[in-house]
Amino acid sequence: MDKQVVFKVQRYEPEADGNPHFQEFKIPAKRGMTILDGLIYIKENLDGTLAFRSSCRMAICGSCGMLINNYPHLACHTQIEELRSDIVTVKPLPNLPIVKDLVVDLIPFFNRHKSIKPYIIHPDTKEMENPTAEFVQSPQALEALLQFTYCVKCGICISACPTSASDRLFLGPQALAQCYRYCADTRDGGEEERLTVVDKDHGIWHCHLAGACSEACPKGLDPALAIQLLKRRLIIQAIGLGRKKQPASIVTPPAEVKPKIPFPEFTAKRTE
Amino acid sequence: MTQIQPRRNYLGALGWIWAGNYKLERYLYIFHRITGLGILLFLLLHLVMTTVFRVQGKEVWEATMEVLHNPWFKVGEYLVVVAFLYHALNGLRLIIQELGFALGRPRPPIYPYKDSLRRKRYWTILIISIVVILCVVFFYDFIAGGW
Ligand code: SF4
Ligand code: FES
Repeated sequence: MDKQVVFKVQRYEPEADGNPHFQEFKIPAKRGMTILDGLIYIKENLDGTLAFRSSCRMAICGSCGMLINNYPHLACHTQIEELRSDIVTVKPLPNLPIVKDLVVDLIPFFNRHKSIKPYIIHPDTKEMENPTAEFVQSPQALEALLQFTYCVKCGICISACPTSASDRLFLGPQALAQCYRYCADTRDGGEEERLTVVDKDHGIWHCHLAGACSEACPKGLDPALAIQLLKRRLIIQAIGLGRKKQPASIVTPPAEVKPKIPFPEFTAKRTE
Repeated sequence: MTQIQPRRNYLGALGWIWAGNYKLERYLYIFHRITGLGILLFLLLHLVMTTVFRVQGKEVWEATMEVLHNPWFKVGEYLVVVAFLYHALNGLRLIIQELGFALGRPRPPIYPYKDSLRRKRYWTILIISIVVILCVVFFYDFIAGGW
């Protein structure tokens, strides 16, 4: 797949005080080349003033979310070939303020994430500050929240959400899903503190299950599911059903260390 | 040094309708809003007609009825039926799913990713099919009843 692809990139210069406009670049696309590779090519060879954010280029840092051919995705996780088109439009993520070109301001988004207290809150404060052992958690209990721990905070769900489009103070799918992730954790005892943050105006009840967040999430998370499960928790709590959760107890890790399983022989031997 | 403010980029209420190439549920959402507003509008009209116009005597009432026999009002009436059917049945789906039922439990994300709404899409399709069938039935009813 060696061909010329046109990148239509939305540019915005804050100093020039103009409106965003599109600029076109011709790029020699190769097989396996990602949108991020294309942008790096532009920056290195065509226009050094192009601004975009990236770091890991392997879909784990969450910096490179953008609107690619009208679908929000990580630029490093989208290959040019998979778009099946010779014109690629690249725009910054909507519903987040633009700093420059493709760089959006993620600070309000991170602040909302922080507001739901994204850490384990355990009543045993002594143990929390000076840990001596581990909190117990079964693999089944982990399964209920494991997928929500894979969030890379890219902001893509915010740009997909119709509520975030019109409600600037909405907590957003990411923060609400993380709220569920910590409330569902068996080691956690901070449910009440967190639920007061989400159970108010611009909070969880502004979710109307459009499901776009789960559809767009590049890491396969399901924020929509987490939010509905959190609503259920809130209602159960409001009508006074359900038992109060006791945060997990502490166990010292086993002193005896199991012997390591020896590394298997390579099955494919190198032929000299 | 001048501080440069980031440029606002909210899609606003237009973002309800279109924000990118999404699939079914996001459009059901906007349709739910539109039908809700439509039903509200109908209710207001209905209340005004049956209260304000009615108390003004027989002539006013009959003149109103004359206007209401206009085919466009018939079409409007049919649209109210469609809106009501959709809003009611899709609303039931939303109530059930927003309480966390009929969505399944969290699963490990394994590529190709499929979220719970899409995994349970057959429920959605079923509800929409019922709405469509009922709409067709009522359409026949309207035609048979005369425009
Ligand atoms: S939930 Fe998904 S889309 Fe939203 S910030 Fe986390 S990784 Fe990105
Ligand atoms: S560069 Fe890290 S997610 Fe794309």
